[in-house]
Amino acid sequence: MAKVVTGLKYAETHEWVKVEGEFAFIGISDYAQQELGDVVYVDLPADGEYITKGEDFGAVESTKAASDLIAPVSGTVEEVNTALDDTPELLNEDPYTNWMLKVKLLNPSELDTLMDAAAYEAFCGK
Amino acid sequence: MKYYDHLIFHYSKEGRRGYTLPKAAVTTNEQRTVNRELLRNTQPALPEVSEVDVVRHYTNLSQMNFGVDTGFYPLGSCTMKYNPKINEEIAALPAFASIHPLQPVETVQGVQAVYAGMEQMLAAITGMKYFTFNPCAGAHGELTGLMIMRAYHRSRGDVGRTKIIVPDSAHGTNPASAAVCGLEVVVVKSNADGLVDVEDLKPLLGPDLAGIMMTNPNTLGLFERDIKEIAALVHEAGGLLYYDGANMNPLIGKVRPGDMGFDIMHLNLHKSFSTPHGGGGPGSGPVGVAAFLKDCLPYPHTEPVDSLTNELVEPAKTSGRVSAHMGNFGVILRAYAWLLTIGRQHVREVGPIATLNANYVKELLKDAYKLPIPSVCKHEFVFDGLINDGAREGKEGATTLDVAKRLLDFGFHAPTIYFPLLFHQALMIEPTETESKETLDAFISIMHRIADEAAEDPDILHAAPHDCPISRPDDTTAAKHPVINWTDLNSMNG
Amino acid sequence: MHPYIPHTTDDIRKMLETVGMKSLNDLYADVPQEFIYKGEYNLPDAMSEDEIRHFFEALAARNVKMTCFAGQGWYDHCTPSVIPYLTQRSEFLTAYTPYQPEISQGTLRYIFEYQSMICALTGLEVSNASMYDGPTAAAEAVRMAVASTRKKDTVLISSTLLPQVKEVVKTYASYAGIVIEEIAESDGQTSLEALTTSLASGRVAGVLVPNVNGYGIIENHIGFADATHSAGALFIEYCDPSSLAVLKSPAEWGADVAVGDGQSLGIPLCYGGPTVGFMACKKEHLRKLPGRIVGATTDRDGKRCFVLTLQAREQHIRRDKATSNICSNQSLMALWVTIYLSLLGPKGLAEVNERSSAAAHHLCKELLATGLFTPVSDKPFLKEFALDYKGDARALHKALADKGILAGVVIGDHRICFAVTEKRTREEIDYLINCVKEAAL
Repeated sequence: MAKVVTGLKYAETHEWVKVEGEFAFIGISDYAQQELGDVVYVDLPADGEYITKGEDFGAVESTKAASDLIAPVSGTVEEVNTALDDTPELLNEDPYTNWMLKVKLLNPSELDTLMDAAAYEAFCGK
Repeated sequence: MKYYDHLIFHYSKEGRRGYTLPKAAVTTNEQRTVNRELLRNTQPALPEVSEVDVVRHYTNLSQMNFGVDTGFYPLGSCTMKYNPKINEEIAALPAFASIHPLQPVETVQGVQAVYAGMEQMLAAITGMKYFTFNPCAGAHGELTGLMIMRAYHRSRGDVGRTKIIVPDSAHGTNPASAAVCGLEVVVVKSNADGLVDVEDLKPLLGPDLAGIMMTNPNTLGLFERDIKEIAALVHEAGGLLYYDGANMNPLIGKVRPGDMGFDIMHLNLHKSFSTPHGGGGPGSGPVGVAAFLKDCLPYPHTEPVDSLTNELVEPAKTSGRVSAHMGNFGVILRAYAWLLTIGRQHVREVGPIATLNANYVKELLKDAYKLPIPSVCKHEFVFDGLINDGAREGKEGATTLDVAKRLLDFGFHAPTIYFPLLFHQALMIEPTETESKETLDAFISIMHRIADEAAEDPDILHAAPHDCPISRPDDTTAAKHPVINWTDLNSMNG
Repeated sequence: MHPYIPHTTDDIRKMLETVGMKSLNDLYADVPQEFIYKGEYNLPDAMSEDEIRHFFEALAARNVKMTCFAGQGWYDHCTPSVIPYLTQRSEFLTAYTPYQPEISQGTLRYIFEYQSMICALTGLEVSNASMYDGPTAAAEAVRMAVASTRKKDTVLISSTLLPQVKEVVKTYASYAGIVIEEIAESDGQTSLEALTTSLASGRVAGVLVPNVNGYGIIENHIGFADATHSAGALFIEYCDPSSLAVLKSPAEWGADVAVGDGQSLGIPLCYGGPTVGFMACKKEHLRKLPGRIVGATTDRDGKRCFVLTLQAREQHIRRDKATSNICSNQSLMALWVTIYLSLLGPKGLAEVNERSSAAAHHLCKELLATGLFTPVSDKPFLKEFALDYKGDARALHKALADKGILAGVVIGDHRICFAVTEKRTREEIDYLINCVKEAAL
């Protein structure tokens, strides 16, 4: 059973968002990391780049799959979790603590289109 | 197979040499002072090895390899048929091997006759009109075919056609080739029968459609029987039909893609046309087109001047140059020899026997493996894993991967696994027409044994292979911390 | 039936019975009958092996064997007999792509060796398992540059590259929406000034220049990498790999990527194919490198072994987001050059270049001495050089062709590019010179 953390927002493409003021942390859900298998590489944008809701901003690679990361919200990249460069398996160990990006939200109303924990859990159960 | 762990660098010792050059034509050292700035500072770290050691090393390496000459490869979509040896003799003829590609065309009429002759024979088999041999592999052929498609639309001022429809069951090279060609991929779903869903196709048609890429039979081994309607719909929308010839084998001697409405197609000479795989190439991906696309072919192209002579031309609306010269000539020679060996008399046997072989294996294994689509197949079919994978309290069931690895213990190469993506435990099997009933019976027998082992104790399969030089390499570490250069290896061995 | 199709009539009957069908035609009952081809297949009569031999010997006789003094990316270097002997071993020749590593360690290990040797020659840290040829490898490098820099769409290529390289690059670029601009030449080689001017646009993702150009001239790339990097672009060197035995390596020139054609490493001319393209790059670009890659690892018992790795970049996984569409590459030809490099070693390869160069310089000097030619440049060359003929170059070329000599490659009305390798004897060179003198009379 994939773990779903309350208090986060979720996209249908299995990214989660944690809002902190005008910023948001973005990561992938437990469901996503389970589907991928052992993560071997994470391709993320650089500081200062824009991400646009609905468009891909990077990718997560395992030995047997490569998944695009689809931006759940739009914003500018404040910080990238560089620990994932050397230790991409952190995403398998704990995909919620180990965020990928911190962005400055461009359009907070986009959050309304995301699912809450209960809705996401139901979505995954389908 | 015995485990042999050396790399060539292990045999290196300073001062060793494996080859002697001919006498120097010029002995006086004319001082050609090349500026020190242009010369490298240290010699490249290449090994220094004697001839004997080179021969022993590569001979030993070869003994850790399985080939078609070793045993059966039931690999779906790969058409691993027998590679005839007369073809090798022909490809090695010095009068072909010593020709520089820029020799004047008058001096290479033998070479040009090969291109012209192949074009005629492939046109006869496929129903297309003209062929280019410049692409060096199947994926390269796909790319070339798409370039021809785009060049055609551009030549008519129809520059808005940037979308290409690809079935969800398509081989990865299809969308990848489309992307390389600057086309946007639009996926059409398969219906419950495993065929392209025509209703799902209709809304995808529009003025921005360049065409559709299909293979027939498709990657599930099923004949796309709605092809006539699909062709009509796509043509009506102004698009072209591209045929991925990777699955051509069952159609050889039976059905011609040109008759089904396809405008462009590629063939894999290293599949249906018997040229050897070489461990991953060289192959050859000739592209055939209907008459109206002739001017869009890549250059150079061979064209007849008269019944005996050929010349090289650049077609009027050419899609461009796709490779250095005219493709893998040595591979084309081999395919030509195969076509002459099969000839008019035997071409009608190729497709039907390949299809018979596939249906035979499917029929006799469906009691042990899940058959998602029970209808008659063509040259290949897909199982979706074991019927009884032996899963129980505290034990994972045997997966398709485990079945594949266990097969290796019995002297068979595994089938294609985890493709097509439609089925999570996909096992795609293609026994070509060169496999005898006895070989197939032996394979069927082993596959039953493996299924029985899984039901009894899946750990037997989890631990497989037991009898190969190595077992279950660690892919994860290999991808996380890639070591792809000998200088990065920590081993003392070398 | 046929030797390649082992089924007896009895086999077929039994198998049809098993599948519940009466005839082979029934297997195609799901095909709309209008598509079943009922016509004649316009193919020749089936031939036996001897008939095939005669057929091809007759075709081969229509080719003229010529003494090769032509280059332009394709060189008549010596091929050791050991190479075809080993590559013809069926375990190499008839093997499939090494997707099942347990029974493909032979293939995987030689590819690993090949990758390592390409790195040794180029000085760069990583290499892929091979590409189709030099020009397509260059096109892939151009795509890689654009993919690496995300927003830029222009790649600068030297006008001095071989025509086939430029044409293939432009073909690929024209469909991918990549803008290609040629960098002008100056005094026989790529102009640094022209390069710097073009880089100022800020839209350049990559720069592609040759280590030895289409006139045979060894280019001096001092300042090129720096200028390219200052503009945030990738610096790509297109090289003749054989020349890297003696010439400055791409790494030494500051290249990020190196590509080229491996034909000069002992692959027979064979009318241009099959050959092998190579591609190497700095470690930081590894994930963007197209093509198959073999890596070392251990198996579950801790034994060292090799596997295809980083496959998530490739078409069968990434599909339309893949680094490239390449599937089959030129594996057996990678084995060919790996064996070649093992036999020759660094000193043997250097000797190949030194002898080719000495012979080429001798020919150049003698041709100039006839008074019939003027030099194109005074820049240094290795084994290939261009001269301008005072008469009709095509007519001269034809006259020598009639004598069985492939006297270089004609470019335009007057220019001829001659190449000489270690395979050319003194007699052959002298004969060429005499024929030239005679033709002028």
